Amino acid sequence: MSDIFSLTFLVGLLSATLRVATPLVYGAMGEIISERGGVLNLGIEGTMFLGAFTGFAAAAALSNAGVAGYLWLGLAAAILAGMIMGALMGLFAVTLGVNQHVSGLGITLLCTGLALFGFRLIFGESDVLPKVTPFAQIAPLGATSPAGVVLEQYLLTYIAFLVVVPVSWWLIYRTRFGLNLRAVGENPEAADASGVSVARTRYASLVLGGALMAVGGAFLSLAQLGAFTPGIVAGRGWVCIALVIFARWHPVRGMWGALLFGGVFALQLRLQTLGLELPYELFLALPYLVTILALALAGRNVAYPGAYLKPYHRE
Amino acid sequence: METRSYPYAIEMRGIVKRFGPTLAGDHVDLAVRKGDVHALLGENGAGKSTLMRILYGLYHADSGEILVDGRPAVIRSPKDAIAHGIGMVTQHFALASPLTVTENIILGRTPNFRIDMDAAHAQVQAAAGRYGLEINPRAVIGDLAVGQRQRVEILKALYREARVLILDEPTAVLTPQETHQLFTELRRLQQQGLSVIFISHKLHEVMAITNRITVLRHGRVAGNVETRGTDERALAQMMVGRVTRPAVKPPAVEEGDPMLRIADLHAADAKGVPALQGVNLTVRAGEIVGLAGVSGNGQSELAHILSGTGEAGRGAVRVGEKEITHADARAVMAAGVGRIPEDRHAGVVGDLSVEQNLVLEHLDDFRRGGMLDHKRIRSHARALIDAYQIKAAPGDRIRTLSGGNMQKVILARVLERAPAVIIVAQPTRGLDIGATEYVRRKLVEQRSRGAAILLISEDLDEIMELSDRIAVIYEGRIMGELTGAEATTERLGLLMSGVAHAALGAEA
Ligand SMILES: Nc1ncnc2c1ncn2[C@@H]1O[C@H](COP(=O)(O)OP(=O)(O)O)[C@@H](O)[C@H]1O
Ligand SMILES: [Mg+2]
Repeated sequence: MSDIFSLTFLVGLLSATLRVATPLVYGAMGEIISERGGVLNLGIEGTMFLGAFTGFAAAAALSNAGVAGYLWLGLAAAILAGMIMGALMGLFAVTLGVNQHVSGLGITLLCTGLALFGFRLIFGESDVLPKVTPFAQIAPLGATSPAGVVLEQYLLTYIAFLVVVPVSWWLIYRTRFGLNLRAVGENPEAADASGVSVARTRYASLVLGGALMAVGGAFLSLAQLGAFTPGIVAGRGWVCIALVIFARWHPVRGMWGALLFGGVFALQLRLQTLGLELPYELFLALPYLVTILALALAGRNVAYPGAYLKPYHRE
Repeated sequence: METRSYPYAIEMRGIVKRFGPTLAGDHVDLAVRKGDVHALLGENGAGKSTLMRILYGLYHADSGEILVDGRPAVIRSPKDAIAHGIGMVTQHFALASPLTVTENIILGRTPNFRIDMDAAHAQVQAAAGRYGLEINPRAVIGDLAVGQRQRVEILKALYREARVLILDEPTAVLTPQETHQLFTELRRLQQQGLSVIFISHKLHEVMAITNRITVLRHGRVAGNVETRGTDERALAQMMVGRVTRPAVKPPAVEEGDPMLRIADLHAADAKGVPALQGVNLTVRAGEIVGLAGVSGNGQSELAHILSGTGEAGRGAVRVGEKEITHADARAVMAAGVGRIPEDRHAGVVGDLSVEQNLVLEHLDDFRRGGMLDHKRIRSHARALIDAYQIKAAPGDRIRTLSGGNMQKVILARVLERAPAVIIVAQPTRGLDIGATEYVRRKLVEQRSRGAAILLISEDLDEIMELSDRIAVIYEGRIMGELTGAEATTERLGLLMSGVAHAALGAEA
């Protein structure tokens, strides 16, 4: 048990926390931006999955063709797929006014089907898992000091915490797009009467949100694994849905939520290896239990966006 | 140069607007002089909001034209209206409440992608100072009082360079102090050259703040006068009109026992503002007492308390000897009160069938063991459908019925229990002539049976036709009572506008 307090243990834990939190940060920021405009996008789980697949498939093809920047181009392909799914969500939930739960779950089913089908089509049913050489980690402080080891991370992790979170905040609170977004999510009639296009704003938020979700998925296949498996996303999209409520639609709180989940997840992985006499399923369930607990504590009396789940049509 | 001397800021000519069978605007003309505060006066449903929503581009007129500064203007959306210098503060506030004052005001008016919030705050602050509207730009809308939110909406319109400001019943949500403040602000804005269209149904406010008044009634212009050249009495008459039909009063029944007694009843509305301030009223067996008044003077609060769905404060309500002041709906019904609610869609469950709605309030009577006795429910429905000439089958969903048939279902459900006291609110609103006559006949029948009926209606003709006695409610108090014989639209109109009974007697 004394292992828990050792420096090595702590360094490993912090480092893993950042890694586990990364896709959640992308997903949560994407979902926050979508929901701020009044659209709950339950397509997130599928969009992350499709992002993971598209990114991997494109990268694999390009790498076989000997293209040098195959990982970044794969990431771009994933982003494109996410944007398309965001636009599709817009078509259903914004233009056609279909129930948002139904639209979102439909998108998730569609993405899951597309990705699995595409995977079989391209890679067949071989016994060896197709792989690409994934993104390498970078270590700005070197890999010798404890801090240096903790900060030895993927560039996408740096981008998540140092770019995506602050830019999301800035976008929501300090730009025309963000002001329109919040107005549209709260009181679409007022926004419309002020000359803001409700549909255009919601589409933009869903497309941007979809792109971020897809990056979250692609991080798993292109950075963490270098491969694509059917269980690759494993409910991370749903965790993001909970994180967004926990965060009360605020990007910085969303980041803390992702870190909390990442921390508990990393911790349970390490607890499993300590050889405690407990069923491992219990450890696996721990991060989700903590999510539920955090949601129950922080999610009470939250003020949802005023137009949450409501389609808008004039007159 | 010519436009500068042009006297009218806005002219609307021959505006027609139809909603299905309702003619909300029937060739309406309106001309607003520059720099005037122009009242649009009329009872609820007269078509005031509709006319102004057309001017602001929220509705589209079926025909008619709009001139701004003497030039024809095509207004298809609020954006067009804003471009023509027209701003509107609607009855339901159009602000996003988690956003700040500044954010709400600059919404849709942001020149750059990046917003410099400090500069924006300063700009809003400056505009507020220029127009004399005191407001903290950094405040979050949700934290502001209603009067302050209204000020934000006015500032929002002015920030968009409105030269004509439409205020739809701005005082309806304000306390008297806030109203006073609003009037002060409006006078200042008027001096700066702004034209204001002020919608109201409150005569004293219109007299106090406006220069000119256009009166609407049933979608038509009923009068157009200088405020200086008129008085509340004349306005009231224009507003409610004359009785066109000779009122056929049912023959008097001899005086019965007091069945419904309301003593010094107080209550607050949903916002906590006093709505009833000491109502005293008695209804005897075998009489119809009409409660007249401009809507929003406490009628719906009173109806809710009498139905067991409201929250009474001080005072007492008795049915016979039984006190029901704080009773719930079930207890009120058990005490012998039948209620025909103002909103008939709230009186039925739309997705349930006619037969189910007919037994809804008395399910216990239709039980066999622990189950509902569907056979008996159906035969019960058949009998009532027959007796009340309801054009529907027992299994039809209520939602699919016309207003008249829906009202008949409610009547059947209430009247078959022969309640000692009946509370009816707006029983014929929106019904066609046939259904209206039917409902009125049924009420008179109940009166002959000996029921004590309180008829709450905004339709003065209806009140005068049916009532043995008419009480007028104004700001939560009974302003006076007239017998059916004494009542004229003129006298009622004056009482409705808050001119006390004593003054009326002296004048008459
Ligand atoms: N959107 C609408 N759909 C159907 N009927 C409407 C609509 N708006 C108003 N009306 C009807 O038009 C008439 C006038 O309403 P309104 O203009 O709101 O009156 P006011 O503002 O004078 O109280 C009423 O009979 C009302 O029921
Ligand atoms: Mg109105």
